[in-house]
Amino acid sequence: MTTHNALYKYLLFLGDNGLIQGHRLSELCSNGPILEEDLAMTNLALDHIGRAQAFLKYAGEVEGKGRTEDDLAYKRGEREFYNNLIAELPNGDFACTMARMLIVSSFEYLLFTALCTSKNATIAAIAAKAVKEAKYHFMHSRDWCYRLGKGTEESHRRLQNGFNEFWMFTGELFEMDADFAALANDGIGADLTVLKPQWLTLVQPILADSNIAIPNVDYMQTGSRNGIHTEYLGHILSEMQYLQRAYPDAKW
Amino acid sequence: MVSEDIHSKEGIFRLLSSICDPEIPVVSIEEMGMLRDVIFHEHSCEVIITPTYTGCPAMGIIEDDIIALLKQHGVQEPKVTLVYSPAWTTDWMTETTKQKLRDFGIAAPMHSSCSSWIKPANAHVHCPRCNSKNTKVVSQFGSTACKALYSCNDCKEPFDYFKCH
Ligand SMILES: [Zn+2]
Repeated sequence: MTTHNALYKYLLFLGDNGLIQGHRLSELCSNGPILEEDLAMTNLALDHIGRAQAFLKYAGEVEGKGRTEDDLAYKRGEREFYNNLIAELPNGDFACTMARMLIVSSFEYLLFTALCTSKNATIAAIAAKAVKEAKYHFMHSRDWCYRLGKGTEESHRRLQNGFNEFWMFTGELFEMDADFAALANDGIGADLTVLKPQWLTLVQPILADSNIAIPNVDYMQTGSRNGIHTEYLGHILSEMQYLQRAYPDAKW
Repeated sequence: MVSEDIHSKEGIFRLLSSICDPEIPVVSIEEMGMLRDVIFHEHSCEVIITPTYTGCPAMGIIEDDIIALLKQHGVQEPKVTLVYSPAWTTDWMTETTKQKLRDFGIAAPMHSSCSSWIKPANAHVHCPRCNSKNTKVVSQFGSTACKALYSCNDCKEPFDYFKCH
């Protein structure tokens, strides 16, 4: 049976994925390689942060301690974040950013498709909106994979390098723990093990068409389900939470 | 000031039809499909709205505008509630609304079925100025979350396309 705490943690997982990925993408604002992509990356960031706001607001309600989405974003420590590790990794060059976007958006597209039929009405409602956005992100990164993968020797090398960097973080996307299993069993959460073959079916042909070899990794990174992160999350939080930490409860 | 019946849903809807999406000032929030319902409670009036995109930064302004307008018309304790279901779609826009967008220089959204990614659609976006279908996408993302950038190969003008969603 789903416990209250399991639902709260699941909502943090959904919200934190949006928040941390959104924050990473927002770093490209005014740093995009071309103006159009600068706009694209900031739009992508905005979609992720909007999704985070919706999930974290609901997480605060479920927790029942009167915490808002802002409290949860700005006043939790690193060990209380449950985003997938891949969301917090540095952007790298543009090809790396697109490689990660393809991995993450295809996963999110499948996850939110599954969550559209969640028995939890609020999760289903947010998922129904997020799935449309994730699909658009997926289409955008897919087109860039084709362009970079089939572009010049240099663009191909960089894209392959991006997938090499991120591939060892793809195993974690489909990891289930006892709480996730209980939620899936009750029809509230998604069974991520079912999504894995669907994800490979979606991504493999794109990599093949982009002349990208699937990296051979014998070790998959893990940890975020237990709040264990890479060193990068702390750096993101120190910047994102600076104002609220230095001036608690400061308002605009 | 027009006086509207502030005790009926229709009256409140008519009042709120003057509130526009701040990013597209020619189309009201009702025409956009963002205004969903009005619920009267014993001492308050609750307006239900839905966002276009989850992160739409215009939502805060729209909420403030609704509350200010209702207060100005003597509505007691107005409040705004954001709902996500049913998920907003550009299919809710009427043909009249789409024409208003075109007149403003924004190409209107096609039916949402055009966004299929399994087989990228070859559907044409018509230039809002010369109606040519000989147009090209400049960027899938534009100045706001709801738009993409296009340009017309015939009249050479750049324009915004309201993405189907
Ligand atoms: Zn034209």
